[in-house]
Amino acid sequence: MIYCHKFRILKNEETIPGHRLMIVDAPGISAAAVPGQFLHLRCSDSTDPLLRRPVSIHRVERDKGLAHMLYRVAGRGTALLAGKMPGEYLDVMGPLGKGFTLPLPGERVAVVGGGIGAAPLFFLVEELIRECPPNNMVSFFLGAASASQLPPASVLHSPGLEVHTATDDGSAGYHGTVTALLESRIDSGPAGFDRIYACGPAPMLRSLVRMAGSLGIPGQVSLEERMGCGVGACLSCACKIKDRSADGFLYKHACTDGPVFDMREVYYES
Amino acid sequence: MRVNLAVNVGGIIMKNPVTTASGTFGYGPEYGRIIDLNRLGAIVVKGTTLSARQGNPTPRIAETPSGMLNAIGLQNPGVDKFISEALPFLRNYQLPVIVNISGDTVEDYHKLAGILDRAQGVGGIEVNISCPNVKKGGLQFGSDPDSAGEVIRAVRRATSLPVIAKLSPNVTSIAAVAEKVAEAGADALSMINTLLGMAIDIKSRRPVLGNIMGGLSGPAVRPVAVRAVWQVYRAVKLPIIGMGGITCAEDALEFIMAGATAVAVGTANFVNPRATIDIIDGLEKFMLENNIKDINEIIGIAQ
Repeated sequence: MIYCHKFRILKNEETIPGHRLMIVDAPGISAAAVPGQFLHLRCSDSTDPLLRRPVSIHRVERDKGLAHMLYRVAGRGTALLAGKMPGEYLDVMGPLGKGFTLPLPGERVAVVGGGIGAAPLFFLVEELIRECPPNNMVSFFLGAASASQLPPASVLHSPGLEVHTATDDGSAGYHGTVTALLESRIDSGPAGFDRIYACGPAPMLRSLVRMAGSLGIPGQVSLEERMGCGVGACLSCACKIKDRSADGFLYKHACTDGPVFDMREVYYES
Repeated sequence: MRVNLAVNVGGIIMKNPVTTASGTFGYGPEYGRIIDLNRLGAIVVKGTTLSARQGNPTPRIAETPSGMLNAIGLQNPGVDKFISEALPFLRNYQLPVIVNISGDTVEDYHKLAGILDRAQGVGGIEVNISCPNVKKGGLQFGSDPDSAGEVIRAVRRATSLPVIAKLSPNVTSIAAVAEKVAEAGADALSMINTLLGMAIDIKSRRPVLGNIMGGLSGPAVRPVAVRAVWQVYRAVKLPIIGMGGITCAEDALEFIMAGATAVAVGTANFVNPRATIDIIDGLEKFMLENNIKDINEIIGIAQ
């Protein structure tokens, strides 16, 4: 079921500099959504800007019928979203895309988010805590440019969950990239992982996919590409996926084949 | 009062004049989860070629004022896979399926038309002689009236299905191309394909699109499209499927009054997945309010 109508905004406020948390009253969406899926938002009734904006589902509160979106105010579309007031209605399409698949019982899981890429992983971590047996250890690695840009992980609380942070400027947690932090944890002893889930900037995912590949750890990544329709009609959001053809890859689409793909399938030029 | 919305586009009987623009509606199932496809007058599916095409490198789209540039590059699985994998789904619906075809050579178009002529459930062929986004094929044929005629003649020889020539606005005289394809045996015309355009990212100092240039669509191009329909309606007697930036019934009516027998909704589907249905309902409402019994009464009425 794809919902496509106007939903009431309950909250839309800056939570970290340049980022906003929007909560919409959308019981159908919150009930149907799985982690990794996204919503396609119409920023205004005008034809300029024309296209919808895809925003990942940050969290859901199923008991209250709410869907949360954490978004970065990056351009004209998201600036219009930022101007929406609680009580206004927002044209939302979704939930769209293929989400993450949950790990096998007992697997030790690393969830790795860089920048605003961390947004959909909160939903994933909450689902892992809820759905997985207690012997699934979950480690959430969060990376950002600096301390002020880290989304607060205090909303997630569970005895089985460890949260590790990394910042580029060293103002909080590990000084360096979140991929380097994960690598250091793996190197420093038996703290291995059986599965990795990740979302973040393209260079981060590239190095993470390479590292996971060399260590033989399976996992999934959520990819981003400029999107049009959100439903697989326009074929804009093409992602390179490994293939036995002469090119070595074929184009699949973030909106319907993804945005979540198996790490081993993602094609990177050498 | 009951109003008649049905139209005949060169032998394709549509229960209402609203169809989809090729490349904006996939093969049906993409939007079939949101709207009832049976309500459409017809469906025009994603452009099909003889063999599979990967399409262009990303970014494939760029947003522009009230419009967008696209350079998808005709990504499609090829005609055989289209027939075996996409067409069966569409046979479940009561609406004409119009297949848009592109080729590198005149021979490609001829072969494609022959293959589709033998396939079950194809209601018409839209011949893309106007794609601005591939190196070969498409626009090279559509920009020269004689080559456009040659392609249509080759398609005509291969099929008895209704043949629609899709015209490019990227020409000196669209009416001259229309006249040649009419002579060559086209049953109908569709226009306009996208306008060739480009955008530069001033931060990276590079073109935005992976393909550098792309096709402009959306409300920004609508006046150009209405003008093209107006000119071609005067030049040839073939029915026209008008398109270019149609988002609502009022936009569709502009095309119909300029001379279009039917309209296609393209980019608007991305913004409002129910755009086609809203337009069908809006046309009916307009007719009731203005005492128009038959949509055919107002085709070209602005002329």
